Amino acid sequence: MTAGAASALRLHELAVRLGGRDVLRDVSLDVPMGSWTCVVGPNGAGKTTLLHACAGLVDRDGSVELFGRRIEEHRRRERARSVALVPQHPVIPEAMTVRRYVLLGRTPHVGPLGAEGRADVAAMDSALERLDLAWAADRRLDTLSGGELQRAVLARALAQESPLLLLDEPTTGLDLGHQVRVLELVDELRRQERLTVVSAMHDLTLAGRFSDRFVLLSGGRVVATGTRNEVLDAAVISEHFGASVQVIDEGDLGWAIVPSSRGSDHR
Amino acid sequence: MRRASSVAIGASVLVASIVVGILVGPVHISPSDVLRWAVSFGGATSVSDQDAAILANLRLPRVVVAALVGASLSASGAAYQAVFRNPLADPYLLGAAAGAGLGATISVAFGPSDAFAVTVPLAAFTGAIGGVGLAYSLGRSALGGRSATSLVLGGIAVASFLTAVQTFIQQQRSETLRQVYSWILGRLGTAGWDDVRIALPSVLLAVATLWTVRRLLDVIEVGDLEAESLGLNVGRLRTIVVVAASLATAAAVSVAGLIGFVGIIVPHTVRLLSGTSYRHVLPLSVLFGASFVILVDVLARTVVAPAEIPIGVITAFVGAPFFLLALRRSAGRLT
Repeated sequence: MTAGAASALRLHELAVRLGGRDVLRDVSLDVPMGSWTCVVGPNGAGKTTLLHACAGLVDRDGSVELFGRRIEEHRRRERARSVALVPQHPVIPEAMTVRRYVLLGRTPHVGPLGAEGRADVAAMDSALERLDLAWAADRRLDTLSGGELQRAVLARALAQESPLLLLDEPTTGLDLGHQVRVLELVDELRRQERLTVVSAMHDLTLAGRFSDRFVLLSGGRVVATGTRNEVLDAAVISEHFGASVQVIDEGDLGWAIVPSSRGSDHR
Repeated sequence: MRRASSVAIGASVLVASIVVGILVGPVHISPSDVLRWAVSFGGATSVSDQDAAILANLRLPRVVVAALVGASLSASGAAYQAVFRNPLADPYLLGAAAGAGLGATISVAFGPSDAFAVTVPLAAFTGAIGGVGLAYSLGRSALGGRSATSLVLGGIAVASFLTAVQTFIQQQRSETLRQVYSWILGRLGTAGWDDVRIALPSVLLAVATLWTVRRLLDVIEVGDLEAESLGLNVGRLRTIVVVAASLATAAAVSVAGLIGFVGIIVPHTVRLLSGTSYRHVLPLSVLFGASFVILVDVLARTVVAPAEIPIGVITAFVGAPFFLLALRRSAGRLT
C-alpha cells in the first residue's frame, strides 16, 4: 500500500445495501490528500450513500481507510476528528443560536462528560470569523437567510477541525451568486487549512470549475474516474445522465456543460 | 437570563416552596414554631408533640415526596423531549404510565389489602419499568429501528395493550375500582417516609445521570445522522437517557399515582426563561419541577379544605392549555 501514505481516503471494494437494495457495489477509490474530488452522477446513483459510508455512518462491506488507517480502528470521536460531513439537508434546530450550533462542531474534541474549554471556544470564534458570521453569533438559526445558514453549517464543520471534509450538495437551494461564493470559500479553506474535500454535486459546470478530480457514479458503481476532461466528457455524460449535452471549453474564458439544443444530434 | 442567576432563582423558588408546603395545612402551626422546630432538627421542646408529629410525619414527607415527584417528572419530560426530538414527549410516553397502572391494579385486585402501602408502589414501579422495557424491545425488534419514531410507536402499542389488560382486571374485580381510580388520579395525601425510601434511590440515580449527560442532549438536536458524524454514539445515549428517565418516572408514579402534564408544563416554561439549551433546561427543570408539584399540592389540599382535590386533576387543568401551546409552537416544525 504505497499509495496509502499520501491518501486521505481510500475505498476498496466498498458495497452498501440499504433496504434490501444494492446502493453501492464494488467502489474502489483513492483520494489524495489536499485534493478536491467531486462525485457526480444521476439521481439515485449512490452519491449521498458514498459520502455517508466514507464517514462510517452506514453499514457496509469492503474497506474504508482514513489517512492510512481502517475506519473501524478509529474510535467514534477520533473518526469525527478525521472526517466532517456537511449533509445535503442539515437538520436545523431553529431556536438554537449560531454560536451554540457552531460549538457543536467541537463535540468530538470534548470528553463525553467534560465541558468545552478555551481551545474549543477559540476554534468556534475562528470558524465564525472565517465564514463572516461573527456578527450573527447570537442570532437564532431560524432568523438566518439560506446563504447564511449554509455558512453556519460550514462553520460547524470547520470548527470540527477534521482534515477531510465531505460536502453533500453544498449549493442546494442557493442562488447563483451564493453558489459560487460558497464554493470559492471552500476552495480557499481547502488551500489555507490544507483540507481534503470530497463533494457530491449536481451542477456539473460548477463542479468542473472547482474540483480537480472527478468520480462518475452510476447505478451504484464507479463508471469513470480522473480529470475533468476524462470524466466530464459529452459522450460519457450523455450516456449516464440520459440527456444529450455539449461541453463548451473556452480555455481561460470558461468551461461549461450545457444541454444540447434540440435536434443538434441530427445536424 | 444568564445561567448562574437562573439557577439561583430556581433554587430560591424551591426553598420558598418547601417553606410554604410545610407551613400550610388544616392544622395551624405558627411560622415561629416551625422555625424553632426546624433549627432544632425536630427536637424543640417548646413545640407541642402534636405539632411536631404533624410536621415530621405528615407535612415534611409529603413535601419531600412532592419535590421528588416534580423533579423526576420534569427532568424526564425534558430528557424525553431531547432524545425523541419531540416537544410533546412526556414521561408517560413509552408505556410507563400504562405499565404502572396495570401493576397497581394487579396488586390492589390480588394483593393482601393490609399491605397496600408497600405493594402498590412496588407493583407500579415494576409495571412502569416493564412497560418501558416492552415498548423499547418492541420498537427495536418488531418495528426494526433504533429511531425515535419506532420507539414512540412501540410505546403507543404497548400502552394500549397494557391499558386493555388493566381495564379487564378492573372489570373482573369491580370492588377494587374505587381504589385504583383514586390512584390513577394521582395522590400525595398518604405520602410518608416509606414513599421517600421507595423513590429516593431511583430518583437520585436517574436525575444525576440526566444531569451528567445534559450537554450531549444538545447534540441530538441536529438529528441522529449528524450527531453520529460528530462522534456521538446516539443509540447508546438514547438508551441511557430512556432508562434513566423511565426509572425516575416509575419512582414518581409508584409513590404518587399518575400526575400528568408536569413533564410538559415545567420544561416548556423553563425554555421560555432560559433558552433551549439542555445545559440550562435540565437543571432548571429539576428545580422548578420540584417547586411546581409542591405548590400544586398545597393548592390541592387547601382549595376545598378539609377535602382534597386529586393533584392530577389540577395538573391536567393547567397542563391541557400548555399542551396546546407546545403544539402551536411546534406546529411550524411538524408541517
